[in-house]
Amino acid sequence: MLYISQTALELGFLYALVAMALFLSYRILDIADLTTDGCFVFGAAVSVTMAAAGHPYLAIPAAMAAGASAGFVTAFLQTRLGVPSILAGIVTNTGLYTVNLMVMGWSSNVSLLKTDTIFSLFEDTGIGGKWSDVILSGGIVIAVGVLLLLFLGTRIGLSIRATGNNIRMVRSSSINPTVTITIGLCISNAMTALSGAMVGQYQNTADINGGTGIVVIGLACLIIGETVLGRRTVKKGVIAAVIGSMIYRFIYAIVLYTKVVPVQGLKLITAIVVGAAIAFPTIKSWVLFQKRKYAVRRKGEN
Amino acid sequence: MLDIKSISKTFNPGTVNAKTAVSGLSLHLDSGDFVTIIGSNGAGKSTLFNAIAGAFYVDEGNILLDGKDITFVPEHKRSRYIGRLFQDPMGGTAPGMTIEENLALSYLRASKGGNPFTRISKKDKEIFREKLRLLDMGLEDRMTQPVGLLSGGQRQALTLLMATMVTPKLLLLDEHTAALDPGTAEKVLRLTREIVEKDHITCMMITHNMHQALEMGNRTFLMENGNVVLDVRGEERDHLTVEDLLRRFREGTGHDLDNDRILLSKS
Repeated sequence: MLYISQTALELGFLYALVAMALFLSYRILDIADLTTDGCFVFGAAVSVTMAAAGHPYLAIPAAMAAGASAGFVTAFLQTRLGVPSILAGIVTNTGLYTVNLMVMGWSSNVSLLKTDTIFSLFEDTGIGGKWSDVILSGGIVIAVGVLLLLFLGTRIGLSIRATGNNIRMVRSSSINPTVTITIGLCISNAMTALSGAMVGQYQNTADINGGTGIVVIGLACLIIGETVLGRRTVKKGVIAAVIGSMIYRFIYAIVLYTKVVPVQGLKLITAIVVGAAIAFPTIKSWVLFQKRKYAVRRKGEN
Repeated sequence: MLDIKSISKTFNPGTVNAKTAVSGLSLHLDSGDFVTIIGSNGAGKSTLFNAIAGAFYVDEGNILLDGKDITFVPEHKRSRYIGRLFQDPMGGTAPGMTIEENLALSYLRASKGGNPFTRISKKDKEIFREKLRLLDMGLEDRMTQPVGLLSGGQRQALTLLMATMVTPKLLLLDEHTAALDPGTAEKVLRLTREIVEKDHITCMMITHNMHQALEMGNRTFLMENGNVVLDVRGEERDHLTVEDLLRRFREGTGHDLDNDRILLSKS
């Protein structure tokens, strides 16, 4: 049981950055960024390939830069070339499939055999003992979260938030939405790629299909976290991404352990959770309306 | 100050829906002018504002502000020195951000150049509190609350504050009190007058209230068919009544002023 919760904690931190990236793109910028899946693999591919070449540390910033460039392409398509935002993400995502294969030397997966990773190197320092993976991944996530919060309080950060909050206001104020959307998507995709980079080195492998459905899982994490914490402030949103990711991985671990649901069924359940959560306000108002209609009809009969 | 030289704008050119909203319009504003603008529905009042603010580029003509040609300067750059308020009180503020953050946005962006990573300082907050106190709406004690919790009038007052936080060269008010209840509208109007007078802001205000049009500012434009057909100021304007204005309009255009909201608010 301890082993399971430890793994859940590790994975929770490792994937938390995807939820945080989606918090930035989906909640703050109000853009459903479908670059996420391919971008996650892009990060993993760059990270694992570079670690295999003996640069596990350099692999991390390189993966983030790769992710940011993917985000830039998506942003460029939608802000400059008028491609609808969802389609822009899909287009980039599709292109990334080939790019990812290319990064991995035209192979569908790369593995690290007896090469140093950030995790093995950190373990060697002796900090945290067998919890070293949790400490390293947790440390990175918390650092990124704090930096993101600080950033969102700056002039450019506030402009990004305004872009997603009231585009009409932004158009008539001196904020250039092209710039804010581009910066926002570069940062969110850098975070997604960072998550992929860490997962790749953690699992000692990168797989071309490793990112399938990651955007929905990330959204599920975010929604779970927001249900627990509420979504009033930006600070709560960032923490919700991390907490939600933890809870999701715990549920995942419990399902794996108890086999109440076959593991293959988990993606379907995730999809249903996300769909239902996003649809909840609409369903709620529909139910209220039906109740009112029913009440009025009953009154008419009397 | 503001020089507009025979600008024209046609929407949907070459189609059956082609509509020339502004045609060959020229005007000149002196520094400190406060112009009220009235006109029929579709006379081109808002189009004129959109052209000045840069929501679109004009087909012909030039727009000069302070001697600088801004005809092809993009909207987000013009808004550094042109403040604008819309009729919809929800349009000018970000509801999900706090009062403080909204003010910071207008304050930080309009301050010249500067580091994009500047944060809200204690000193900034003091300035915001001072400014909010002027509104006399108790907002200075609610600075960390999201703007979405405020009423329409409060939001419009806040928008006004944001637009004038860093004194703009030109302030465009597009029926900014029309969607508010009479009491709140009166208050926002009073604030507008105070701020404009205090900072000597050059200002243009579209209104559908004829009394307001004559009472506020120092000039009045009447617009019709995408042009300014009447420009009254000075002594002539001081003696002008609403009836005179309506008569002058009829003489100038050959028909009655046709604006449903003006008709409704005439009494």
